[in-house]
Amino acid sequence: MAAVATCGTGAGSTGSVVAAGSKNHVTSFQRRGPRASGSDSSYSRLVSIAGTRPSVRNGQLLVSTGLPALDQLLGGGLAVGTVLLIEEDKYNIYSSLLFKYFLAEGIINGHTLLVASAKEDPADILQELPAPLLDDNFKKDFDEEACNHKTAESNIKMKIAWRYQLLPKMEAGPVSSSRFGHYYDASKKMPQELIEASKWHGFFFPEKSSSTLNIEPCSLTHGYIKLLQFIQNIIYEEGFDGSNPQKKQKNILRIGIQNLGSPLWGDDICCTENGNSHSLTKFLYVLRGLLRTSLSACMITMPTHLIQNKAIISRVTNLSDTVVGLESFIGSERETNPLYKDYHGLIHIRQIPRLNNLIYDVSDVKDLAFKLKRKLFTIERLHLPPDLSDTVSRSSKQDLAEPSKLLGPGCGVMAGGKKHLDF
Amino acid sequence: KCPGRLADYASAYVHRRIPGGPGKLTLLCDANTDGSFLVHHFLSFYLKANCKVCFVALIQSFSHYNIVGQKLGVSLTVARECGQLVFLEGLKSSVDVFFRAQAEPHPLQFLREANAENLQPLYEFVREALKPVDDGEAAWRCPVLLVDDLSVLLSLGMGAVAVLDFIHYCRATVCWERKGNIVALVHDSGDTEDEENNILLNGLSHQSHLILRAEGLATGFCRDVHGQLRILWRTPSQPTTQRDQSLTYQYKIQDKSVSFFAKGMSPAVL
Repeated sequence: MAAVATCGTGAGSTGSVVAAGSKNHVTSFQRRGPRASGSDSSYSRLVSIAGTRPSVRNGQLLVSTGLPALDQLLGGGLAVGTVLLIEEDKYNIYSSLLFKYFLAEGIINGHTLLVASAKEDPADILQELPAPLLDDNFKKDFDEEACNHKTAESNIKMKIAWRYQLLPKMEAGPVSSSRFGHYYDASKKMPQELIEASKWHGFFFPEKSSSTLNIEPCSLTHGYIKLLQFIQNIIYEEGFDGSNPQKKQKNILRIGIQNLGSPLWGDDICCTENGNSHSLTKFLYVLRGLLRTSLSACMITMPTHLIQNKAIISRVTNLSDTVVGLESFIGSERETNPLYKDYHGLIHIRQIPRLNNLIYDVSDVKDLAFKLKRKLFTIERLHLPPDLSDTVSRSSKQDLAEPSKLLGPGCGVMAGGKKHLDF
Repeated sequence: KCPGRLADYASAYVHRRIPGGPGKLTLLCDANTDGSFLVHHFLSFYLKANCKVCFVALIQSFSHYNIVGQKLGVSLTVARECGQLVFLEGLKSSVDVFFRAQAEPHPLQFLREANAENLQPLYEFVREALKPVDDGEAAWRCPVLLVDDLSVLLSLGMGAVAVLDFIHYCRATVCWERKGNIVALVHDSGDTEDEENNILLNGLSHQSHLILRAEGLATGFCRDVHGQLRILWRTPSQPTTQRDQSLTYQYKIQDKSVSFFAKGMSPAVL
């Protein structure tokens, strides 16, 4: 741009330049040129990375979490350079499923994977990824199921409860036009050839724990230090931080860390209240520093229900970008509660980041439940059946108070409320 | 009355009311909500007021603050280039400090150490950043130290006392010696029993001249009222004469501004 060049070498660096005399009459805040941090690189180059799309709100580059319903709740997807923390459900059933969806999405999109676990060998984890659903096969099954549902939310105009017609519908089926998120069949395994064609790095802590450290002892546990070094190594070697300008084709690094904070990583915060309270938080901080300076996105699952010191959980939440909590009904009294019979658990969106913005996308729906249907993991607004008889209402009122107390503080960073309105 | 730029009014009021001019410690605090909009506000406020700003940004990247700053009317890149803004990008520097041994003491040196005693390197960084330029003409008005946020330092292994000492040293240099201001954000962890954070918060509340506290609504989430802002003026230098005053407003954050209104007077309700 000729006008910019005449402004002199002082204005040569990135950022806003007053383009005086430019024919296009640009404003003084014209961004131009690539920047060091991955998320701000020049717009046109990044859009061409497979499996990403810019956010409608602020142009932030997003990747899919592997669950289109969750993407919708998080404002379109997971932003590149951020951490998604999943608070595990009690038996780590659904959180490990979300973990696998995240990795499977990476394979389908051709992203590089980095899988870290202290419990399972990453190679085994990859063998168990769910198979992607092809649109035509799925549509047949989906239509079948749709017919079985009595649709109160069909296109018939509602006469009495007309306000409900205005509520947004949650997307439950695949949108064949978008190639951003994919649906997966949890009952089938990912085809072997797709796994072999993908590029992945595994970090299995029991294998790496014996090698020596070349860093001064700080308050991080051994496992976390090794993992950080491993991640930093991969980012640097493969040029995800832009350090290798020769690489023409940019790609995203998807980092998945399983059961972070559990005793298998050598951390004792799940065993005792006075454990090493800084190890995990320091790890998260440095990890986020690595992510912010590279083209990567990370999903961490953490057994927060085991952490003894509650202060650590709030610190961990503040140090993560997006936090989603899963609560499954298995083994709890809710399993037999008629209110929840259609669902397998609740999902709490505890925190959504405000990136590059004062405001952020937050869903109006706070009561969300998930269920794992035959092939599909769906997230829906929690529908409570109407109170029809005296006995039903008496027992259900108590149960209603419970979840709303839980949902209250879990309403995310917009506002938390302890008192629930009592009508 | 709906004072749009409320926090401007508050800071200006404080500066006029308390004798001795500037040299104030403003505490930003959030409970059950995100108070970062206050940080963005003060950053753009002081940059527009031509003050020299040292921003210790521990929780987000430079580009994040820059993009929001542009919406609020300032360019951090220009400010940094011409020397008005000294920006410590915590996240990026932490990677440098952690993986590579540094030749000179780094402000975030404590990340490498097992039992860091104090935040002296960070204090030295602030002092160096805000030292007076003696080239004759005063280019900028009073120096300002802005920290986002102090609670992160606790998560990184520093004790509450070390952080309080750091603020104390900064006050001595920035507020008393250089007649500048300090604005720092601390999270209120509420009932999550974070002892260290409570010590830090109580200690700072006691020493602050102005406390801006963003709280979530007691009744929960609301689309049109994002929270409540409580402003508390304190006069620690004159404990007997004036009583502390406080005001409460509710607010809604928009794309380029924040609008304030009296309790219950949200435009959505009226």
